[in-house]
This record gives sequence, structure tokens and C-alpha cells, in this order.
Amino acid sequence: MTTSPDAAALTLDRLVRRFASHTAVDEVSLSVTPGELVVLLGPSGCGKTTTLRLIAGFIAPDAGDIRLDGQSIVALPPHKRDMGIVFQSYALFPHLSVARNIAFGLEMRHTTAAATQARVDEMLRLVRLEAFATRLPRQLSGGQQQRVALARALAIHPRALLLDEPLSNLDAALRQDMAREIRLLQQARGITTIMVTHDQTEAMALADRLVLMHDGKVQQIGPPEALHLHPANPFVARFIGGANIVPGRIDTATHLLLPDGAPISLAAAYPGTGAATLAVRPDSIRLGEPGRAGARAAGTVELCTWLGATVEHVVRLTPETTLLARGPGLGPDAAPRHKAGTPVTLHWSAEDEFLFDASGRPIAAATTDFTRSRETNDA
Amino acid sequence: MSDTLARVEHAAVSLLVSLGVALIGVPLLLTLYLSVFDEKLILFPPHAYTLDWYPAIGATFGDPIWTSLQLGAAAVIGSLTLGIPAGIGLSRHRFRGRGLVSTLLLAPITVPGIALGLAIYIMLVAIDETAGTALTGSLTGLVLAHILITTPWVVRLCLASLATHDRTAEEAAASLGAHPLKVIWRVTLPAMRPGIIAGALFAFVISFENLELALFLTSPGVTTLPVAVLQYLEYHIDPLVAAVAVAQTLGIAVLLLLLDRFVRLGRIVR
Repeated sequence: MTTSPDAAALTLDRLVRRFASHTAVDEVSLSVTPGELVVLLGPSGCGKTTTLRLIAGFIAPDAGDIRLDGQSIVALPPHKRDMGIVFQSYALFPHLSVARNIAFGLEMRHTTAAATQARVDEMLRLVRLEAFATRLPRQLSGGQQQRVALARALAIHPRALLLDEPLSNLDAALRQDMAREIRLLQQARGITTIMVTHDQTEAMALADRLVLMHDGKVQQIGPPEALHLHPANPFVARFIGGANIVPGRIDTATHLLLPDGAPISLAAAYPGTGAATLAVRPDSIRLGEPGRAGARAAGTVELCTWLGATVEHVVRLTPETTLLARGPGLGPDAAPRHKAGTPVTLHWSAEDEFLFDASGRPIAAATTDFTRSRETNDA
Repeated sequence: MSDTLARVEHAAVSLLVSLGVALIGVPLLLTLYLSVFDEKLILFPPHAYTLDWYPAIGATFGDPIWTSLQLGAAAVIGSLTLGIPAGIGLSRHRFRGRGLVSTLLLAPITVPGIALGLAIYIMLVAIDETAGTALTGSLTGLVLAHILITTPWVVRLCLASLATHDRTAEEAAASLGAHPLKVIWRVTLPAMRPGIIAGALFAFVISFENLELALFLTSPGVTTLPVAVLQYLEYHIDPLVAAVAVAQTLGIAVLLLLLDRFVRLGRIVR
């Protein structure tokens, strides 16, 4: 990856922003290295867009600092921050042609006409819209408008690029193309980039590092696979990969008792006892016939849904607890389908099992029970 | 059954439309007809027709027309100067007292013109007495009064043109390095263009046709066209007034058509 000379290191230092009594951004800290693409991910209302608007300078934080290459920019108005921004609605200037839209930031910088023209041509080539220079925004398709917005943001040699849900207004097929295009452009130009999205797949596909947010707080920061392999709390496990979340209490080292007393046999042994939450992803759960060895729990199939590539079973363990299991729906490895009412056993291995204590922190397994694990794999 | 209903509905709509057109058209046509009578008094049927009334307009009403044009232009400039920033401010901010400001800005529309004219007259006299100025009966006083009644329309139309305006375009401009005033000049005002043009047109027409305020605020030296027409009618009943009415209607119609073309063209170019 090349790093652009314009690209800056961006640091958020315990940013806080309140709206009335609601804290939208709560002590958010983050360090982005030059040329890195960081995705702020989370459900709507988690504070990711507010964080982006704080970085852009559209709103001011109640506390905390924002630094570019070590210099605080928190007191600067948006027009002095040198940030390229691509908005969800693109926010192109409707009365200006594509070329004039791209030239806007350069005109504000009093760039000479010749230099502006050269840069506009370069940007048009970059986003492959040379033939559309004189068109007006509303004469373009959504994907083309998106590319103009990107070109306009990049034209000013921004120190950082901010993308606010840039793909959400595109249809599914175009979204993947555009995601790839953004990633290639960003890597080729080596621009420090922060992107906001609620779409997990999009985030996984684009991010060097993910910042998962919830209730204004950072839940976990790391490369996508780290969040997948080592979720920091039940929310992360639930959001990344849609894990089943089962509250209960650890009784002995290898048993989790559900609230109504039914036990789940854990794949690993855990220190201590007390309230705990189990997270297991649907993709990790295999179903077996009653009596099969190494069962983690037993239940009854409540619903079987075949989705083509996958097959999903909702299994009821107790009156209050159901788990979702997902297996391949096609091919030689296809998971067997079970009719509603069929009694089944549930199997998973130690590395797919996440246990969290009462405050949501992960509990490390004391010793992995390899015997049990192997049994499950055999099953 | 529904077919019959649809036919009845269609017939009813056609009837109402024709009635509406007749209601507007007949008086216009009658005025046009009257304006070409070759009679000193309006007699029906006329013994001959003539176009001589039209060239005669200038001699009798030239000065008042000039006054009305100046007044209209001043009212347009004044109400745009006040109304555009007010529209931007009211659409952007939710501040304490916003309701009051917006009511005050729109109130002159709801007050009867005669009452407003009398009130302004009394106020101008009071100001003149205390401050020793000569606003009463001057063109300045009249301009101020006309700005008062035309500004609400400009504010209304500016607000309407901003209702569908996407403010993220302003944020985009700021992020690209535009100073807040540059943002207004380069992004907000272009978005308001149809509203501003319509507002200017309304302001001009309202000012040009206003009689009630001018009745109190004109003096022998400064007379607007509507007042001059009224005074003329007190002593003469001849087709000259009809000719003035036709000329005025045509003038405003041409202005409307031109502006409509301009605004529409603008929409295409945008």
C-alpha cells in the first residue's frame, strides 16, 4: 500500500458529545495511522455518524480532542479542516455540472484555472467519468453520482477522507462493485479514511480495522477477523456473526445452568462460578440425533428454513431458550434437515464457544477439554 | 355505473373550469372592448372605435406610472434585502422567539390594507413631529410602507424554496473549504433562485397595484398610478381608464410570461 503525502494520522481522544440528556458519543478514543481505512460499525443510533460529524467539524464535542498529525483541530471550523467527505445522499451541488462540482474545492482554495482544470481532468479519469464532465448531477445514475462525490472529495488532496454510509443508497449489485472501487482507490492513493456503516459485510470487506460501537461507546477495535475470533463482549459476538446469546450461571467448571435450571454442557472448562453469558454463532452449531455422544444440549426443532445456500433450524431448549443453528444447505456437506417437533442434540467445539462474566468481559477457558472437543468434531 | 359517474364528474369539472375562465375572462374582455370606444362618455353601442385612448395614457398618467415603477423597484429591492436573509435564518435555526419573528414577518398580510395605511400615516406624522423629518407624503415613506407589505411574500416564497433544499450540500461546500458566507452565495442562494424570482415578482405586482396604503401616503407631488386612476374617475367616465387597465394587465402578463420562462429555463439548466 502506498501512503499519500497528504495522508495524516488521525487521533480521537476521549470524545464526548451529548444531545440534551442523551450521550451520543461517550469517551470515544481511536488512533488511525496514515493510509489506514477504519470502519465505524454499529446499529443505528450507536453514535458512529455523530463521531464522523465531530471529525468533520459540523458539530463540536462537549469534551475530548481531535488531532491530525498530532495537532488539535477541534477548534477549527469545517472549512479549515481539509477533510474530504462523501455523504450518504452524495450532496452534490444540483446547479453545477460534474466538472464544476469537482472543481468547487479547488476554487475555494484559489487554485489557478489551469491547475484546477488539470486536477478535474485527473479526477474524472480516476472515477472514469470523462464523458460526463458537462452533465448535471440529476442526469447521472446513483453510482455515477457517488463517483462524482468521491472525486470531489479527493480533488482537494484531503488529509483524511470521511465516508458516511457511502453505499447505502445503491442497489445490491452496484454496492459490491462500488465497495471494491472505493477500497482500490483508497489503497492506490493511500488516504487515511474513516467510513461509517451499519452493514457488517460492507465493513468486513473494506476495513483494515473495525471500530464496533454501541450506545455511544466503543465496544471493540481491531481487524475484522479479531472481532470475529475474539469478541470482547456479548454485544460484539451478537453483532459480528449474529451469535446466540444465552444468559445463565456457571455451576461447575463445565456446566452453564439456564435460568429455569436446564444445563448446557460447555466445550471447555472455566474458572469460578456465578452469572455468565454464553455466545455461540449459528454457523458453529451442528445438530445430531438424540443419544449422540458429546452433546452440549438437547432440544426440539421448532422451525426449519431452507435458504438455498444454507439451512436454518430454530431449536427450543427450554420454554424460555431457543438457539439458531445454521448449516450448508447444498452439496455433499449439506446439513440434514429436521422437521418441526424432531428431538435433536446440539454440538459445538471449544473454539466456537464464548463465555462472558456478569459485567460482559470474556472468561478465558481454564483448560480446553480436548476430549470433548474431539468428540464434537467427530459427531 | 361507475362509467356514468365518471362522465358526470368529467362534465362537472369542465363546467366549473369554464365558469372559472368566464369569471376571469369576461371582465378582461369587457375592459378591452371598452378601451377602444370612440366616445367621450361610455355609451353602448359606441358609434365608432378608436385606438387613440392608448397614446393618451402618457399625457395624463405618465408621472404616476413613473412613480409607481420607481416605488415598485424600491419595494422589490427592499423586501429582497430583508426577506432573503430572514427566510434563510428562519429555515435554518430553531431559536427562542422564532415563532414571534415569523408571525411578525407574516402579519402585514393579515391586516386590512386600509387599517395599515391609516396606522402608518399616523405613525409617520408622529415621527415627523418629533424628529422634524418630512416622511409624510414623501416617496421614502411610501417605499417603507410598501416594503412592509411586500416582505412577507418574499419570506414566504424563500421559505418554500428552502423546504426541499438538502442542507448536506451546504456541509459539503464547507468541507471543501467554503467560508459560511461563500456557502450561502454558492449553494444556498442558487437553491433559492425560483423562490427569489417569484418573491421579487410578487413584491413588484403587490406594490404596483396597491391602492389602500397609497391613499393615505401620497401627496399632490407624489401620486401612484392606482391613486391617479381613482382621482381621474371622480371627474371623468371615459374609456381612458379602461385603456390604462388593459395596458397594465398586458404589462404584468408579459412580465409574468418572461419570468416564468426564465425560471423554467433555469430549472432545466440547473
